[in-house]
Amino acid sequence: MDVFAYLVAAWVFLAGCYGLATSRNLIHAVGCLSVCQSATYVLLLAVGYRDRATAPVFSDLKPGARPVVDPVVQALALTDVVVGATVTALLLALVVQVSKRHGTVDPDELSELRG
Amino acid sequence: MHHLLPLLVAVPLLGAALLAAAGRRVPRAAAESAGCAVSAATAALAVVLLLGSSPPQAEWVGGWVPVGGESVGIVLVGDGPGLGMAALASALTLAALVYSWHYFDEPPRGHSGSFPALLLLFQAGMCGFAIAGDLFNAFVWFELMSVVAYALTGHRVEEARAVQGALTFGVVNSLGAYAMLMGIGLLYARTGELGMTRIGQELDAHGPPDALVLAGFVLVLTGLLVKGAAVPFHFWLPDAHAVAPTPVCMLLSGVMVELGAFGVWRVHDTVFSGPGGLPAADVERALVALGVLTAVVGAVMCWYQRHIKRLLAYSTVAHMGLFLTGIGTLTPEADDGVALYILGHAGVKAALFACTGILLDRYGSVDEHALYGRARRLRGVAVLFVAGGLGLAGLPPFGTALGKSVTEEAVGGPLTVLYVLASAVTAGAVLRVAARVFPGLGPRPEEGDVYETTGSGEEPETRQRLSRVPDTMTAIPAVLLAGSLAVGVVPGFGGAVGHAVQEAGTGGLVHVSVHWTAPGVLLGLASTALALALAAVAVSRPRLLAAPDRALPLRRLQSGHVGDYVAWLLVGTTLLGALALPGILGS
Amino acid sequence: MSPRTRLWLVAVGGAGVAALLVAACLGLPAFGGDHHPYGDRAVEASLAHRTANTIASVNFDQRAFDTLGELTILFAAVLGCVALLRQTRDEHRARPEPAEVAPPVRRYALLVLPVALLTGLYVIAHGQLSPGGGFQGGVAAATALHLLYLGADYRALERVRPVGLYEVGDGVAVCAYLVTGIAALLGGAAFLANTLLPHGTFNTLSSGGTVPLLNAAVGMEVACAVVVLLARFLDQAVEIEEESGT
Repeated sequence: MDVFAYLVAAWVFLAGCYGLATSRNLIHAVGCLSVCQSATYVLLLAVGYRDRATAPVFSDLKPGARPVVDPVVQALALTDVVVGATVTALLLALVVQVSKRHGTVDPDELSELRG
Repeated sequence: MHHLLPLLVAVPLLGAALLAAAGRRVPRAAAESAGCAVSAATAALAVVLLLGSSPPQAEWVGGWVPVGGESVGIVLVGDGPGLGMAALASALTLAALVYSWHYFDEPPRGHSGSFPALLLLFQAGMCGFAIAGDLFNAFVWFELMSVVAYALTGHRVEEARAVQGALTFGVVNSLGAYAMLMGIGLLYARTGELGMTRIGQELDAHGPPDALVLAGFVLVLTGLLVKGAAVPFHFWLPDAHAVAPTPVCMLLSGVMVELGAFGVWRVHDTVFSGPGGLPAADVERALVALGVLTAVVGAVMCWYQRHIKRLLAYSTVAHMGLFLTGIGTLTPEADDGVALYILGHAGVKAALFACTGILLDRYGSVDEHALYGRARRLRGVAVLFVAGGLGLAGLPPFGTALGKSVTEEAVGGPLTVLYVLASAVTAGAVLRVAARVFPGLGPRPEEGDVYETTGSGEEPETRQRLSRVPDTMTAIPAVLLAGSLAVGVVPGFGGAVGHAVQEAGTGGLVHVSVHWTAPGVLLGLASTALALALAAVAVSRPRLLAAPDRALPLRRLQSGHVGDYVAWLLVGTTLLGALALPGILGS
Repeated sequence: MSPRTRLWLVAVGGAGVAALLVAACLGLPAFGGDHHPYGDRAVEASLAHRTANTIASVNFDQRAFDTLGELTILFAAVLGCVALLRQTRDEHRARPEPAEVAPPVRRYALLVLPVALLTGLYVIAHGQLSPGGGFQGGVAAATALHLLYLGADYRALERVRPVGLYEVGDGVAVCAYLVTGIAALLGGAAFLANTLLPHGTFNTLSSGGTVPLLNAAVGMEVACAVVVLLARFLDQAVEIEEESGT
């Protein structure tokens, strides 16, 4: 169990990469990219976990009463979520335009740029 | 003074926010002037900070100065290389803003401020990345730079190619960035720190490197090398550069890609160079191998292009290979040379893109064959284009020549041949284009039906085709070329750059004098002569140097398919890991 | 490249990356371990500045510079989407048709809307005290408005959502964050230093110094940004049509 959570992160990352490489639909590809990113959330939060610890919020917890998990990775994960959401929005906007200009969202049928 | 470091980011951001907020009310000319003013102010700030950067400065944002060597804040590093890259990025942003002044295609209705605002955000992202001393903070600015670059690349949404190129760019670079974040997560797990120097110290304290350090190194470098377009992470670059608006190309090729190489240097130097990092021999093997591969592939593909922007993009790939090779030898002399080479290259490459943009806006094409002999009357542009080609070859006294000769001397041996050949082939391709497009030398190029992207059927970026070329559009490449020349000519400049790089890299322990040498000048002249000869043969006897059939497999790799590029990214990460593996196994 | 070749490449590359990641995982400290030096320091620093929610303290005080970057990435994405999803020369706008909504859906949406909006604002306001903050609350508040689209129709949404105003709000919020940072610099401290306001009483709304200010700026930015982003995508779906179509 010591490394299980980390292995989940590795698995999720690779699954996302596989999906991206074999995708037949650009919307699906953008989704796969989000899957890859989810791996980073899992990794960060797993790294910050501490046994029998609670959230690092002291509005209803006396400081020092209980161990708390690492707040830094939580802040990093929040940043990461925002970055991921914005990248997804931007890429989907590009997919909308690809679909209009090329009439397809299948990457196999986009053949403008090559050689 | 060091308190002012964060303003390198804050000033352009404030400008962008105000432009976006007021962009609906103010006329276009006012918005563009404001953009130029803010960009220029940031550039001036960067130069002032750069002049005061000896000894290197550090600034803890939010005033979280370390207590007992430990801090909870973010550190910014104000040393020569970082501030130099910030100054370069700012100067090129200003050039791009002036170049697009008033003539660039209409912005979205009611958003006259949006294009300058995006360029200012780009500038802020690049400055932030250049001065970041904290690994996660570097990732954040890296992402800002990427996100803005995707939007700017796809800015001409009416063009089918533009949106496809931008999407590929976005997917591949985002995946690289997430790999980098995985690496940062691994390093944080081991060390419990995020500051680059602190991570390095903790790794050293932990003992000799193991698989985790290797994985951290490989994953962080994957992100940076995707940005730095090292083979086989490079496929996005030609697709994106071929379709991005010209002012954006100037920034992408001139400084953003180079920031990837800068990041490799910074991260290796601060995090992985100690006894707990990776052994120098392994890093050298990995970076030099990828660098050589990149230079060769970039140069060969550059020669076979007829789409001028794509040709220039591949020449950037080839030069990135040269920069990576130099950084990979891990010697202070090579670092000096690469710093100068990057400065000289930025001016030359941005100028060449600017000239290509003029062709596009005047004739509605960037295709070497379609433009054959059509630009006879643009004599001024022709002179600039040829000068750019010669600068790319490394003709003394261009800054490229000084940087190249210093690097060649540092790497020595067979790698010198690589530097001469890669710069000669890419410059030869540029000069071939110049000879065909401007005076129309040689026979009319034949139309082939091979696997390639032509440059015809492109829409001008201005509102309509230009009947005369505006002065700003010709002045910018001239100024950029003059800047590149100044890097090589101004007495003491090379020495100052070398000193700044040494102070940041070795802490000032090593003093290397940077100056012109006779072998360096001769090698520069040799690659220029070779470039001219290649161009002459290609123009007069097109068959002799045309793409042979056996080059086709290499060209087919550039398929425009995002799935292929992702597969190559995985292969590249594996390759990087395999190249750096022996040292881990041995220890 | 044929799909088969690509699959081979993915297999080779993926196997390498998998080996690398697994080897690295085996070298990581055990899950749930006690070694979090930065985290422990962050908790101390947060309590010293009387911020009950340590994550808010990390985001808006200790690592506020990261959050500035995060904020601008969102801002850049909004500007980018406005540019990418603009109405091009070959497109025109069509008035959206009024839509029929089932009465239970309408009643439920209109009932939930104020609750969701209030929840969003509450989460923003209590960012320095309890889990949540500007990012989370901003998203909740912005999506609450879009219940109007579900409960009534697109025209009703457009009446309460002048997109231009939200775009201005987006820029103003980024300015507010930057001005707070620069004000500290002008006051003789470092950029984004938490020195402008007294740190207040622990566990009250006014605690944490500038944390609530920055938090509010982020809340406003996120709310405006999400409204504008959704508006651009809805525009594409509902209003913008190609000339040749219809």
